[in-house]
Amino acid sequence: MHTIANLNVGERGIIEQFLFESIPLQLLEMGCLPGQEVKLIQLAPLYDPLYIKVNGSHLAIRKETAAQIKISKL
Amino acid sequence: MLQNTPLKVALVGNPNTGKTSLFNQLTGLKQKVGNYPGITVDKKQGSCKITDSQSAIISDLPGTYSINPTSLDETLVLETLLDTENKDFPDAVIVVAEIENLKRNLLLFSQIKELSIPTVLVINMADQLKRKGISIDIDALEKELKTTIILISARKKQGIDALKAELLNYKNWDTTPLLNIADKIDACFFKQVKEDFKDVPLYKAWLLITQQEYCSFLSDDMHKRIDEIKNSCDAIKKFQHKETIYRYQRINEILKTTYKVDKSKATDTRSRLDAILTHRVFGYAIFAGILFLIFQSIFDWASLPMDLIDQFFAELSSFAKTNMTPGVFTNLIAEGIIPGIGGVVIFIPQIAILFLFIATLEETGYMSRVVFLMDKIMRRFGMSGKSVIPLISGTACSIPAIMAARNISGWKERLITILVTPFTTCSARIPVYAIIISLIIPDEKVLGIFNLQGLALFALYAIGFAAAIVSAMLLNRILKIKQRSFFIIEMPNYKIPSIKNLVITVIEKTKAFVFGAGKIILALSIILWFLASSGPAAYDNAETTINQQSESAQLSDDELAHKIASYKLENSYIGIMGKTIEPVIKPLGYDWKIGIALISSFAAREVFVGTLATIYSVGDDGEDTATIKERMRAEVHPETGEKIFNFASGMSLMMYYVFAMQCIGTLAIVKRETNSWKWPILQVVGMGILAYITAMITFMILS
Repeated sequence: MHTIANLNVGERGIIEQFLFESIPLQLLEMGCLPGQEVKLIQLAPLYDPLYIKVNGSHLAIRKETAAQIKISKL
Repeated sequence: MLQNTPLKVALVGNPNTGKTSLFNQLTGLKQKVGNYPGITVDKKQGSCKITDSQSAIISDLPGTYSINPTSLDETLVLETLLDTENKDFPDAVIVVAEIENLKRNLLLFSQIKELSIPTVLVINMADQLKRKGISIDIDALEKELKTTIILISARKKQGIDALKAELLNYKNWDTTPLLNIADKIDACFFKQVKEDFKDVPLYKAWLLITQQEYCSFLSDDMHKRIDEIKNSCDAIKKFQHKETIYRYQRINEILKTTYKVDKSKATDTRSRLDAILTHRVFGYAIFAGILFLIFQSIFDWASLPMDLIDQFFAELSSFAKTNMTPGVFTNLIAEGIIPGIGGVVIFIPQIAILFLFIATLEETGYMSRVVFLMDKIMRRFGMSGKSVIPLISGTACSIPAIMAARNISGWKERLITILVTPFTTCSARIPVYAIIISLIIPDEKVLGIFNLQGLALFALYAIGFAAAIVSAMLLNRILKIKQRSFFIIEMPNYKIPSIKNLVITVIEKTKAFVFGAGKIILALSIILWFLASSGPAAYDNAETTINQQSESAQLSDDELAHKIASYKLENSYIGIMGKTIEPVIKPLGYDWKIGIALISSFAAREVFVGTLATIYSVGDDGEDTATIKERMRAEVHPETGEKIFNFASGMSLMMYYVFAMQCIGTLAIVKRETNSWKWPILQVVGMGILAYITAMITFMILS
């Protein structure tokens, strides 16, 4: 099973259905939705936070949040 | 010509859409920052002339991604749009979007459209459509979104007139809601909402239910009804997620036919810059370089205009003294008011430069990269990457810095940031440090290049930062606060900053600082002057007393006058106050005059120098134009004959200023932002004790 947290830089995946309790509403509102493609653009120097592109938005999220979002790798 | 009542227009939009650029274009410098009553968010309003007979009051609401708030600032959007009774309730709303992130921008638009307030959609950066390979079918999009769309380029001033013309027409805008969320989420639940809230439009009722804690305007009855329905349903969070997913589905469908991007035109400036600016080595090096540049400019480049301002006020003061009729009023002006105003004006260069840097870092999009780089490091100290902004701004002034901590969503991270920010050396400490350093540290070079005085100043900054970090670490251990903090930031595209935006920001912020601090400093210098130049009976009889005492001694007129003046000062009200606290501060190496300066600098640290200036110039016998520095250097202790400002007492004084929380303004803002007296009191007491002990130890070791 993959999550955004174990993507390598440059890799992409499709977000799977997730449990609403584990993901903050704000993340959905910024475009991070099931079925969308997500790409890991860059890791911060200490491997956290993660700089991702999802649904046209460029966002940075912490690893702990990224680990909650399941994906299927592309 | 007959004037119609001004239109009330609210500007709403995602961050980084150019909303503020549009606001600046519409209002220019006719802006005003005030406070919303009750809540602690700055209200930015400006007036805009639409026609000769019609003007508009434009409110620039804080940038937000959704009408559901995640921070204090964003609450304002919700309150403004839902509280129909509020005097700021808008006649019309402008939603600002931009071409590249239209999809995400439309989420907010779709929510606001639901509220049936006349709403227009503005799409910014339209001048770059071609360059970015984007094409938008405006007619079709207008139809799908049931709205009027105006294409603008805020920076190039295109489309602004069309927008103004459209505003006149706001009564004819389509106010039908865009989506029927009820059926798509949960028909049964929304049927219940409809029944329970017959008097409120459905979407508004839904927002009141989900955002109850952010709606300060609700009546008790409303709260009760909301509580009831909340208790009957445990799936509200799930419904919110469903709503967002549904909204994006509809927006995607709409954009599929109306919005096209030619990918071959895409440039990768962003990724190239990101690769360097967030690089694990270069990223930090560049950030350190920028910090160095900021400090260099505050210390070095600002000193020339500051010296000029200093001289100007010194000369103005002596000009007033020599050219006005001598008397109480002249003294008040020359010794109280002019030095008081000078003490504020002298900060303008430093404050302006700092705000210019901070505004530039934010405008270019670089600040988000700093937050990204620093988050993990800051988390070790219980803070967030976003704490970097308050900590940097704190070098200008703690007040705006503590307010900047608002967009930190975790309460513990935010609280720690608020509590430690006053340790960073604000610009108000610079004059205190500068004058003491020039008295006790020789102006020499070490190792050929480093100026000793410069190094001393740098060391004081370093101690301040270290104190902030160490106390954050301690607080992180001590404070037992559970938080659900989510760290999500947008990494906006890089932009060349607009000069107009920068200039307006710098002017507005500097103005706010000067008038805010200025009022206190001015009032205080008048009070001080009064307290220093009047007193009980002993003060009034000064001349007789001294004349009697000195009858036997052969004193010249000058010496006699000087003796009278210092006797007067000692017996003035301020002298009495100073003498009273002298025992407390004696272990730190200070005399009662410094004690007075310490007390008065609680209003604002920079008052320290002004107070000494006032005390010494009142104690002075007249024509002498010696600078404050020369007077301080000449001060000797009446009993021991030692210099008052020697190495030990000077170092002790600087240590005191490094650690002490000494500023009423900061205290007030911490009270406001934490909504309790507990934290500001903890700050004052904790930092005060730390300052006292450090200063005492310093003095004991060095003397």
